[in-house]
Amino acid sequence: MKQEQPLNRGTLTYQQPRIGLRRRVMLRRLLATIIVVSGAIIFLIPLVWMFSSSLKPEHQIFAVPPELIPNPPRWENYTEALTYVPFGRYTINTTIITIVTIIGHLLSCTVVAYGFARLRAPGRDALFVVVLATMMLPYPVTMVPLYMLFSSLGWVNTYLPLTVPAFFGQAFYIFLLRQFFLTIPYDLEDAARIDGANLAQLIWYVMLPLTLPALATVAIFTFQATWNDFLPPLIYLNDQSLYTITLGLSFFRSTFDVNWAYLMAASLVTMLPVVLVFLLAQRFFLEGITLTGMKG
Amino acid sequence: MIRRRTLNSQSHQRARAFTRREVLAFYLCISPWLIGFVIFTLGPMVTSFVMSFTRWDLLSPAEPIGLRNYERMFTNDPLFWQSLRVTIIFTLMYVPTELIGGLLLALVMNQPIRGIKYFRTIYYLPSILSGVAFVVVWIWIFHPEAGLINATLAIFGIDGPRWLADPQTALSALWMMSIWGLGRTAIIYLAGLKTVPKELHEAAEIDGANSVQTFFNVTIPLLTPTIFFNLVLSIIATFQTFTSAYVATDGGPLNSTLFFVLYLYRQAFQRFNMGYASAMAWVLFLLILLLTLLVVRSARSWVYYEGERR
Repeated sequence: MKQEQPLNRGTLTYQQPRIGLRRRVMLRRLLATIIVVSGAIIFLIPLVWMFSSSLKPEHQIFAVPPELIPNPPRWENYTEALTYVPFGRYTINTTIITIVTIIGHLLSCTVVAYGFARLRAPGRDALFVVVLATMMLPYPVTMVPLYMLFSSLGWVNTYLPLTVPAFFGQAFYIFLLRQFFLTIPYDLEDAARIDGANLAQLIWYVMLPLTLPALATVAIFTFQATWNDFLPPLIYLNDQSLYTITLGLSFFRSTFDVNWAYLMAASLVTMLPVVLVFLLAQRFFLEGITLTGMKG
Repeated sequence: MIRRRTLNSQSHQRARAFTRREVLAFYLCISPWLIGFVIFTLGPMVTSFVMSFTRWDLLSPAEPIGLRNYERMFTNDPLFWQSLRVTIIFTLMYVPTELIGGLLLALVMNQPIRGIKYFRTIYYLPSILSGVAFVVVWIWIFHPEAGLINATLAIFGIDGPRWLADPQTALSALWMMSIWGLGRTAIIYLAGLKTVPKELHEAAEIDGANSVQTFFNVTIPLLTPTIFFNLVLSIIATFQTFTSAYVATDGGPLNSTLFFVLYLYRQAFQRFNMGYASAMAWVLFLLILLLTLLVVRSARSWVYYEGERR
């Protein structure tokens, strides 16, 4: 077994007598396992604590020393928390915004990325540099003038400022899809072109089926980002009936007499869709990272 | 495999000259982005530059006041300096943590033990939860009496700090909380670690290097592009810190967590000083641009691309 982890090995076993080779490998693996497992436990503690708190009855939540096992587990916390603040409404609102944003990103970014990956025109490379530059542009820099723009259109307190821009592409996803298109061989398109396919047919029938994994990545990233989005909804949505889940949770948290069990229950419900999608679609998350994260 | 394809595509492209049809098709394809860029990015940038020289509360027409917003910001607004200070201190605390901690976590995630796939999932999971719920959980963990940390410390008779409620510790608490999201950085490092060729490790080993030497002389140099990438992303993201400060502390106590973007948000959307907020936005933009350019410039002396060797 090739040893890649240098930190422990150097101190533990370097230049020890040969006889212990087998034991050394075993010891090393044992140590690695201990580190990995204890690290994972540390990373899980906040989630476990959240779940345990969400089920605690009122008298137990402030117990010192803390008790991990809710006794008795109070599942009513969930129903009560979710009716105390209209989380059902907020979930529907967030779902609407998320779905529209995903559709917008998929439609616009695919076409734009195809252009950058496959079509030749003067100014293309310079424009692509601009795409990359906007990826680095922080949202707070444009949020004030954007607010002025949307407010002059009468869009404040609607979902339009949150969803319409998605139909005009998003730099990161354009970049991701372009990188993906570049890995697809030209032969198929050439064949289709010879058969007389036009541009729309080329994208729809030839490129899209091959691009499905990358499109899934874009959809999942968009889902996660939109679901967790906070600052834009905070700026544009004033009406409580329009709130997204994150706004609702933040509002819930700032209410004066906060019930921590309710708050943990609500947080957990808010996180659940993201966690489920992540567990089901982990592959696409990782693919997106390897596709864009690195050069070469 | 991928490289060959790109080579092919390049020669394929070079073989043809621009055709008018293709140029038209290109601009048609990218038109959504181009229009969006002009309306949602370039236009607002120009507007905010112009607005930064005015006083405007959205209700009455904007009134040109020359450089007075900038003057006030730099000479007569202690909160502006406080927000800048908080943001820079936090960046100095968090960016190195993210770079070094992320790498350490990646090394842990790279251990060849059974079931490591599932452990990777656990390490990565918190980073996708970022947002209000993430922060709310930590507010509860940091609760001065019954929070997990202080209640545990109490078992040992230790009286823990008041964390988010104490100006001395609030910023550090936000820093500790951010560490839970290190998985995102670690996974990028992990992708980088996977590209380090095994032969180089073996060669170093044959030359008598121990694993610490191999790590610092082989692995780290080959990872410098990844470190660079993470450094740029980390600086840009940290300068935009908003949600954690807004939800956890609302800038307090005593403005000890008044981040730049939080103060910008207040000026714009609570006091409706749109002109002043625009000026702040431009300062933020120039600051991030300057820092990024500095990092990019410095990259020449410490980032090592494998291709350069040949």
